[in-house]
Parts: sequence; C-alpha cells; structure tokens
Amino acid sequence: MADATADQAETQSGPMLAADGTPLKRSLARSLRMQRIRALMLVAPLLIFVLLTFLSPIFDMLFRAVENRIVGDTLPRTVEVLKDWDPETSDVPPEAAFQALYYDLFLAAEAKKHTRLGTRLNYEDPGISSLFRSSGRSLDDLGEDHIEAIEDTAKQDWREGAFWYALLGGDAGEPVVESARSQFVALEGETPRGPVGVVWCGLRNVVGAPCPPSLSRMPLNFGLSNDAMAMLPTTSLQYAAFGVFTVLEDGEALQEEDPWEAVYVAMAQDLAAPDAAAKVAAYTGPGAAELQAAQQAIAALPPISFRDGFAEIDEDWLDPTVWRSIKAYSPKYTPGYFLNAVDLEMGPDGVQARPESQQIYVMLFKRTLIMSMAITISCIMLGYPVAWLLSNLPDRKANMLMILVLLPFWTSLLVRTSAWKVMLQQQGVINDTLVWLGIVSDTNRLVMINNQFGTIVAMTHILLPFMILPLYSVMKGIPPSYLRAAKSLGANNWTAFWRVYFPQSVPGIGAGSILVFILAIGYYITPELVGGTTGTFISNRIAYHISSSLNWGLAAALGSILLVAVLVLYWAYDRIVGIDNVKLGG
Amino acid sequence: MATIYSEQFRPPSRFVIIVLAIFGAGAGLLVGTAQGSGILGIIGGAILIAALGFVVTQLVEGTDNSGGERAVRWALPFVLAVGGFLFGGAAGAIVGALMGWFFGWISFWIARGRYRRGLAPYLTSKQVLWFYTFRVICWSILIFLITPILVVMPLSFNAEDFFTFTPEMLALSPEGYSLKHYKDFFYNPDWQQALRNSLSIAPAATILAVGFGTLAAIGLSQPHVPFRRTIMAILISPMIVPLIISAAGMYFFYSRIGLQGTYLGVVLAHAALGIPFVIITVTATLVGFDTSLTRAAANMGANPVTTFFRVQMPLILPGVISGGLFAFITSFDEVVVVLFVGSASQKTLPWQMFIGLREQISPTILAVATVLVAISICLLTVVELLRRRSERLRGMSPS
Repeated sequence: MADATADQAETQSGPMLAADGTPLKRSLARSLRMQRIRALMLVAPLLIFVLLTFLSPIFDMLFRAVENRIVGDTLPRTVEVLKDWDPETSDVPPEAAFQALYYDLFLAAEAKKHTRLGTRLNYEDPGISSLFRSSGRSLDDLGEDHIEAIEDTAKQDWREGAFWYALLGGDAGEPVVESARSQFVALEGETPRGPVGVVWCGLRNVVGAPCPPSLSRMPLNFGLSNDAMAMLPTTSLQYAAFGVFTVLEDGEALQEEDPWEAVYVAMAQDLAAPDAAAKVAAYTGPGAAELQAAQQAIAALPPISFRDGFAEIDEDWLDPTVWRSIKAYSPKYTPGYFLNAVDLEMGPDGVQARPESQQIYVMLFKRTLIMSMAITISCIMLGYPVAWLLSNLPDRKANMLMILVLLPFWTSLLVRTSAWKVMLQQQGVINDTLVWLGIVSDTNRLVMINNQFGTIVAMTHILLPFMILPLYSVMKGIPPSYLRAAKSLGANNWTAFWRVYFPQSVPGIGAGSILVFILAIGYYITPELVGGTTGTFISNRIAYHISSSLNWGLAAALGSILLVAVLVLYWAYDRIVGIDNVKLGG
Repeated sequence: MATIYSEQFRPPSRFVIIVLAIFGAGAGLLVGTAQGSGILGIIGGAILIAALGFVVTQLVEGTDNSGGERAVRWALPFVLAVGGFLFGGAAGAIVGALMGWFFGWISFWIARGRYRRGLAPYLTSKQVLWFYTFRVICWSILIFLITPILVVMPLSFNAEDFFTFTPEMLALSPEGYSLKHYKDFFYNPDWQQALRNSLSIAPAATILAVGFGTLAAIGLSQPHVPFRRTIMAILISPMIVPLIISAAGMYFFYSRIGLQGTYLGVVLAHAALGIPFVIITVTATLVGFDTSLTRAAANMGANPVTTFFRVQMPLILPGVISGGLFAFITSFDEVVVVLFVGSASQKTLPWQMFIGLREQISPTILAVATVLVAISICLLTVVELLRRRSERLRGMSPS
C-alpha cells in the first residue's frame, strides 16, 4: 500500500506526501514502527512465559549459589558481637559473644532451626553439625542453679503465666516486640512478600489454594511494660522473643504461658547487675515483693558465666576454629559454595586448597569433559560414514535408511537406556552371546556396565542421531561433481576425499560436535543408570546435592559453572551454525 | 556399457572359491563354537560352502536361462532348513533356511560377477573391496542404532523374569513367551497411575507450548523484528540448557512460590521445555510462506483474524502439528525435570521406569518400553507425512 501512495506522490512537487497528507517518510516510518510493535506483541506472551517459568528459575539458582543468610538469620546477635572479634587471635571471643550465642541458639533450638545452621557450617567445617545438635539439646541446663533459685522464692507465682505478664507485659515496647518478631521471621526463613508475591497469593486465593498467612502480619496481642523494660532490659527482650514464639509458632496467648529458661536466665542476669538492687527496691508495681525475694536469692549466687556453661556442654566451644567458621560465614553473600565447587576453601590466610581427601569436584568436572569428548569423538567416527552413505544414496533409499536413524531419535530416552542396561549387564544379551560363542568363559564375563565403558557406549548410541542429522544436511549440499573433478585431475581416492570433500564437510562436523558435546556434558539419566560410580558426571553430583545431601548452595554453584560452560558452547554454536538453522528430523 | 561389461564379466574360479570359503569359515565358526569346536567348524564350513557354492554355480553355468539358478536358490534354503530342523528343532530350521538363502545368493553374486554391477567399470579390485567394506561398516553402525530397540521387543514377551533370552525363547517354543509383563503393565495400579499422569500432563503442556509458540513464531517471522537474534536465543535456550540445571533451578524457584509438587508446576515446566521445538518447526514452515497470500486476503476484505484462520493457519498447520508432536513427546519422555519439580502424585511413566531401572528392576519395564516404541513409530510416521504434505502445500517437491 505504501508503494502505491509513493507512486502518487512522485507526480507532485515538494516533499512526497502520503494519501492522508503526512510526509511519506514519516508515514513509512510509522508503518515500520507499527510492524515492529505488532511483531513484538505476538512474541511478548511467550517471552514473558519463558521468563517466568524458565529464566527466573535459572537466575534464582545463580543467586542461591552465593546467598548465605542462614548464619546471619539464626545467630543475629552473635554475628553482631563477633564483628569486634579478631579471628586471627588464638583466643576465644569474650563473654558477650557466649551470652549472645546462648540467647540466639536458645531461640533457634526451640524453633528447631539450630540443626539447619549446623548442617550449613558443616559443609565448610566438617564435624561442627554434631556440636550444634548436642548443644541445642543441653542449653536448658545452662544456669540451672539460678533458675531454681528464682523459682524457689515463690513457686506458685513464678510458674504462673499471668504473673509474668503482670510483671513484664503492658501496652508499650512495640519496637522491641517487632524486632523480636523480625528475628523470628528471618529464622523461619520466610522472606517478606513483594508485589509479585501479593499478586501470586491473590491468584491462589481465586484458585482455592490460599497462601499460608504471613508471619509478619499476624496479630501478636501483647506488649511490654515501660517500668519492666527500664528495670529488667534483657529479661524484657527475652520475654518478647518468647512471646513472639508462643503466639506465632504455638498459637497460644502469651498471658497464659510460663516462660522458657532463657527468660529466667535473663532475669538472673538483670538482677545480678550492680544497680539492680536499688531499682528493684524502688519498684512498687505488680510482683514487687516476689522480685525483691528473687533479687536477694540471686545476690547470694555467683554471676552466670556463659563461657563456662558452654564449655560444660562441649569443650569444642573453647576452640577458636568454631568461632572462626561462624564469623567467616556470617555475611549475607559468600563465595564459599563456588570455592567448594572447585575444591578450594577459605582459610585463615585467604583462599586455599581443600584437604586431599575432600577434593572431588575438579576431578568430576575433568571426567565429565573427557568423557563428553570421548562420546563426541566416537559419534563423529560412527556418524560420518553413515551420513556419507545417506547423502550419496538415491533419495528413496536414503529416506528408507533415514528411518533407522530417526527411530532411535524418537524413541524414549529411558527405553534406550533400559535397552543398554539389558544388553550390557553381566547376565545380559552381549555377554550371553560371547559366552555362547566361546569367546569369553562363563566365569569371567565382561564387566561392561556401571563403569565408564557402559556410559560411553550408551550415550554414543543416544546422541548419534544428533551428529548424523547436521552432518547429513551439510553433506547433502556438497556437489558430487567436485569429487569426480578431483579424481579426473589425477587425485587418488584418499586425496580426493581428504583434500576436497572433507574440508567441505567440516561445518557439519563442527555443528554436530558442539551439539553432541553440549548435550553430553549435561546428561543425567544415562550416567545415573549405567554409570555406576566411575561413570557418573557432574550432573549426578548436582542431583545428589539437591535431593540427598540437601546442600543446595553447592548444587547451585556446580550448576552455575556447568551452565557457564554450556552457554559458551551455545554462543560458539550460534556463531558457527546459527540457532535459526537448528533442524529436527532431517 | 557397464552392464554389458559386467554381464559378461566372470571372476576366476580360484577367486570364487576363496571368497566363498571365507564366508563359509565365518558361518562354520558360529556353528562350530556353539557345538563345541571352533577350529573344526571353520575348516568344515570353509570346505563345505566353497565346494557347495562352486558346484551349484558351475552346475547351472551351462544352461543359459535363469530357471536353473532359480531352482538351485530355492532348493538350498529348503535342504538346509530340513537339515537344521533335524539338528536343532524349529530354531535350527530358521537358521538353516536363512543360511541357505544367504549362501545361495552370495554364490551366484560372486560367481556371476554381479558384485561389479552398478559400479564404475574402471574400479580396481581394491576399490571394489573398499566399496563393499564401507557398506558393511555403515550397515553395522545402522544396526548398532536399532539393535537395542530390536532386543527390547522380543525380550518383553519373555515368560521368565529375566533380562536375557532363555533357552526356551531361543528354541522358539511357545512356553518361552508370554504376555505377562504386558498384563502387569495394564493391571498394576502404579503403572496405570503413571500412565494417567503422563497422559494428563503431556497434552496440557503441549497446548500451552503450541499456543504461545505459534504466536511467537509468527511474530518472529515478520520482516522487521527488533532484537530478533536475542529473542530467538532466549526462546531456544530451554533446549540447550542441560536438563539437570533447568530441573535444579525450577526446583528451587518453584518451591519458593509454592508450585513445587503441583500438577500446574509440572505442566508449566514441561511447556517451557517444549517451546523451542514448536518455535523451530513453525518458523521453518513459515520460511516458505508466501506473504502475498495474506495481502491478497486482506485485499479481498478479510480482517486479520479471518486471514489468520482461513489462509495462514491451514498452510502452516502441518508445521504446527509436528511442533505439537515434538512438544508432546518432550513432555511424555521427560524424566529429569518431573523428578525434581513433581511429587509422588505426579509420577509419570518415565519416572516410574526410572525408579524401576534404578531400584527394583522388573521386566515390566521392557513391556512399557515396547509400548512406547510403538507410540514413537506412530508419531514419527505422522510427522513424516505432515512434512511431505507441508512441502506439497507450499509447492516444493517432497524429498
């Protein structure tokens, strides 16, 4: 249509105008823009779909490979105190760190999150997880004497939730309560819901599967008293933490619950403070008499030593390496997983190699690359003659033979893998045939499965069509007259092939090789089923870390490295072949 | 010229005898080792076949019509089949008949010089030998490609719970065969549940992939698309990124947003994996699409929607359907992603097979495999027919 208006405009003088009077140039530009927008509109839904269902997961995985919130979320106060501690020294941190660790770990143990922390630190410092597990169990015993001393002054009152609430509770202290709540929410691992999350939960409401209520929005129905906060600051803080846990985790009201040991310990600490006696004596609110009695009982005891308490639970707490691990892995982001994925670790003097016995990933990456190369080479060796034959036969015959190539291509991967399992195993078809022919004796049948040989054979078979098809389409385009010309000029068969035909088929080899190699290095199913222990790839290790060892960060780091390798190859493939030229089924 | 030359061509008798003796030795080795003595088999086979082949070809040499040859070629399999039957029952008869057919054919093929027929007359003997060696290599590779499938099929009818051919099967006796593994597949609730899951996940994923994919492919084949290369790279990436990485990423991300272990999650994941196939096949169809057709339709007063459904869609339909079949088979065969994104209630057929292969290895897998191969063959046929139809519609000659 634009052409027609252009013709009309040419007869007039001045700038060429379109039918509606606008200059033709602008009109054309607008029509081009419209075309672009229309094309983008058609592509947009799919782009968004792929972005949401495929690319965000990939980016999420990359993020997980460096994310490290567990230590900071589980031990927030300890991490704060440790900031001032120099890990280079051979001394354990000061008493304040032990005290912070006690309160942090107590809450974590009640929420049953301390083992998660132990598992995380165990990746870096093997053996540490049992320390956290056993300490979580024994924390209740720390400060036992002081707890009993307080309780013995007035058993009925101190065991009463309402009494505690009368003493410590009130309408004030919202900042303290909310900070206790955010600590608990972080501990539970719930991230605040962003706009996407709100939309998502709205959708789930419509579908009838609503999101669980957000911990950061649920009402708490309690507060603290100003008097108590001034007189017993640590106790109020711990009481708030207990309150948040009681309401959000147990679903009970704080007013009816007798607090846990950490609150008693905090009170013992507050009452032992130098000016506590004067403050308690001046206090006239509810429970004043009981508090004075408790203050006197505590004054008779030595002050609580958290350091000794932890030492009693486990001697290892006096070992600075544990504290170094906590400090080293307290930042929100860590290169630790990536270092681990290449057999390195963070030592006191920076990055260093892991102990010999723990080095496996570099070896696995190497093995994956070498075996993928072996598979690619055997695919070239097997694929080249077949592609040559197919491209030099008459079309009818070539199409018939092509079915033999396409049939395995279309057959389920598991069918082919199970077929190889059936054929290669010791009581399998190949061994039986060899025994029947008398080539191997019945007692020492060949071991062809659960090793590298099995993986290479099965994967060569599975990936061979991906080599034959690109080779075939390239060879189809090589005119046979070139070979004949070379021969008529005096080349022998080999020279004609090597100097004339082969160079022209190299693009096909390149395309096929990259395709096969990309597919091979990421393979999971076949190595898992026929690879045994020596024939497994890096992908098997990734799967192991996701589903068995639950070290997701390491799995993500290994996956990211593999992804980068594949993307580099993908880029190369795009440059050599062009992704538009990917063909399916010949 | 060549045909006349090769009709008249007769290789020397010594050559015929030696070649036949080599083949005979090969067959003799097979029979001999099975009976206990390889050496005896080689010698016996070589002498027997060389003599037999030479005698039968000389016998009918004098008669100039092909009737004599035909009689000999029918007689050989028959005689050997009877011999084989006396020796080793039904299986022996089949082996004997096959051997008789093969040696009848090869004797005349060598002795009458037919192996040079169709080849350039100036080729040296070495070149002819290489030509046939090359053919044999290629055929072995092609057989390597389909043997696993050919082995699985008969084994799925095994009456025993073994993964190898039992003596009864080799003797072709009916007791060696049964349908019990198929019965297990069709009556076992685990397998049936897996089949139902597969059949409910794959179509849903296919519909999503084809719907979004076709639209996007049409958009991408417009003449002016900004960032075409980048968009294409993004859309093809699910096919390139290793499945284990996609699976890991989806597992992490979908468990964050509560999709992990749900039907919807598996369908979305499979749709994403199927999209590249739809994009590739549909854009390939659109490459040959004549845009003047849509302009002609618009010229005659059709609105864009009518143009799309009445003109463009019928022409690109074969590509869309084969893209859909690719997407379907991707989802139907997929195991890695469903293993991570799905939960036990989304257990699909490949997942069940994977468990079966890894843990309690049961021959039912082979029956399922055979069923899946049958399905693949059907789909392959449909895709091939569609490809031809599409090329015919677009005025190309089907190849």
